[in-house]
Amino acid sequence: MNLMMLLEMAASGFPERVAVQDGAARFTYAELFDAAGRAAETVQRTTAEHVAMLDVTSTAMPLALFGAAWAGRPFVPLNYRLTGAELDALLDRIVPAYLVTDEERAVRLAGRGGLTAATRERFLVDAGSSGEKAGEWAMDGDAIAVLLFTSGTTGIPKAAVLRHKHLVSYILGSVEFGGAGEDEATLVSVPPYHVAGIAAVLSSVYGGRRIVQLPSFSAEAWLETARKESVTHAFVVPTMLSRIVDTLGDRASADLPRLRALAYGGGKMPLPVIERAMKLFPNTAFTNAYGLTETSSTIAVLGPEDHRAAAGAEDPVVRRRLVSVGKALPGVEIEIRDDEGRARPPGASGEVYVRGEQVSGEYLGRGSSIGKDGWFPTRDGGSLDADGYVFLEGRIDDVIVRGGENLSPGEIEEVLLEHAGVADCAVVGVPDLQWGEAVAAVIVRRDGAAVTSSELCELVKDRLRSSRVPARVEFWSELPYNETGKLLRRKVRESLAATLS
Amino acid sequence: MPRLKVGTRLKSAVCPAEVMVVAAPADQDVDVRCGGVAMLAPGAAPPAGVALDAAASGGTALGKRYVNAEGTLELLCVKPGKGSLTVGNAPLTLKEAKQLPSSD
Repeated sequence: MNLMMLLEMAASGFPERVAVQDGAARFTYAELFDAAGRAAETVQRTTAEHVAMLDVTSTAMPLALFGAAWAGRPFVPLNYRLTGAELDALLDRIVPAYLVTDEERAVRLAGRGGLTAATRERFLVDAGSSGEKAGEWAMDGDAIAVLLFTSGTTGIPKAAVLRHKHLVSYILGSVEFGGAGEDEATLVSVPPYHVAGIAAVLSSVYGGRRIVQLPSFSAEAWLETARKESVTHAFVVPTMLSRIVDTLGDRASADLPRLRALAYGGGKMPLPVIERAMKLFPNTAFTNAYGLTETSSTIAVLGPEDHRAAAGAEDPVVRRRLVSVGKALPGVEIEIRDDEGRARPPGASGEVYVRGEQVSGEYLGRGSSIGKDGWFPTRDGGSLDADGYVFLEGRIDDVIVRGGENLSPGEIEEVLLEHAGVADCAVVGVPDLQWGEAVAAVIVRRDGAAVTSSELCELVKDRLRSSRVPARVEFWSELPYNETGKLLRRKVRESLAATLS
Repeated sequence: MPRLKVGTRLKSAVCPAEVMVVAAPADQDVDVRCGGVAMLAPGAAPPAGVALDAAASGGTALGKRYVNAEGTLELLCVKPGKGSLTVGNAPLTLKEAKQLPSSD
């Protein structure tokens, strides 16, 4: 099993279709296949053990991904926003490596030991020429296809291991070969080092859907590209959708009639944002995807029908499904377990466990966290309802322990976000002499809203229990997120601790 | 007769068709044929004198999945060909594609 099989099939099934484009640059499937073979040959002529990419997304990204697979080297996309020292530490862990990067970095890193650095342009030109292609690729499904470094929000970055068998299983389980219509195009705005960026390329290639790349996200550029390229499908992280909705302001519609499907995931979607988005994109089908890097991307989806039913529902149980992440994909099982690993009944909170062929659950040098029974503990807290809908409650490690009681920040945030004056919020635990930890809430007010802390405390007290009421409420102009929409809770905690002392 | 493993590739002895094993019965040899003739490992040379059996010439289509009646065997066609897939003489049938919302 090799990722190259997916591209080989696409190149044989619909060779003339455009696979990927970035502005005027483009590859058909046949061209991408041939270029991957030449890129693999280039890599195999070096001593490189990894193919790294340190660049914004472009047509070079799928080329490097498939070229690495053909060459039998793991593809390692790196975060181009890292500082020099952070980056050096990661490069030390992957040399000898072949690196595709921008011009400035290619020059700066050219003399670095163990590194063969090529500019994106050089890499594309060489692979697009008429040189030799590498010999047959290896079929070993256990070989490593992709290494993805975690964002390191909680310490030294770990490298998640995705083997060919995990990614191929994910694609075969979730995408119909050649299932996309000739007019379909997907807008990819997540960076190459995010698992959603990898999954988007693989899904689109296997489905035959043209990939339109947006190298760096802004709401304006996203809207303009979607319109200009007649984009039919897109995936965004919640902060992106939030910015798109804000940019559209009080307009009645986003005016993107061709956009058929918009998927989102990678973080918590505030209910007001998704409700507003559904009004701005009246003809677009929304899908919420839940997945982790360690599970080769999506494991559960809340589909378009669920969205429509929930949005129109009077019943609060059904309406609340808009903030669920849906049900497990076919071939994936999801279970909620307690601290001792015992399964919990519907409605009860615990840790989300997942099982399936696409689940890797492995970090380089640390082995697999998958249990003997095949289940992987995600470290996400959550519950299942009676119909199998998954509700997430934040990372287990973010749980606030107040006087021996476990409080879920997500549960409190969900209530706070219902207040019309609250645009965004974060709930964290802060040290407390009496309780061990106390609940602190940081609120971002909606423009012009005059919401007070006592109002918010009342709301939480009414809806939840008094133990959930924040002992401290602060108002900030914005919350710290990383570029892929992950709330940096550690930074929130640190700021609160600093202002306390 | 090969013992099949998920991820294993097999090629037809009588046409260009190739398949990948997506699901296979555990600990059991399976007599997978294409065009009426036993399928081969990717590198193997076809035996002399074999020919496409007209009774198994409905074709195997790229990207389609084929399953046995019990649902224990599933093959994905990665290269198309004129031969159709059988286990012994029992034909494999086309598996219906499931419609999933696009999530990425």
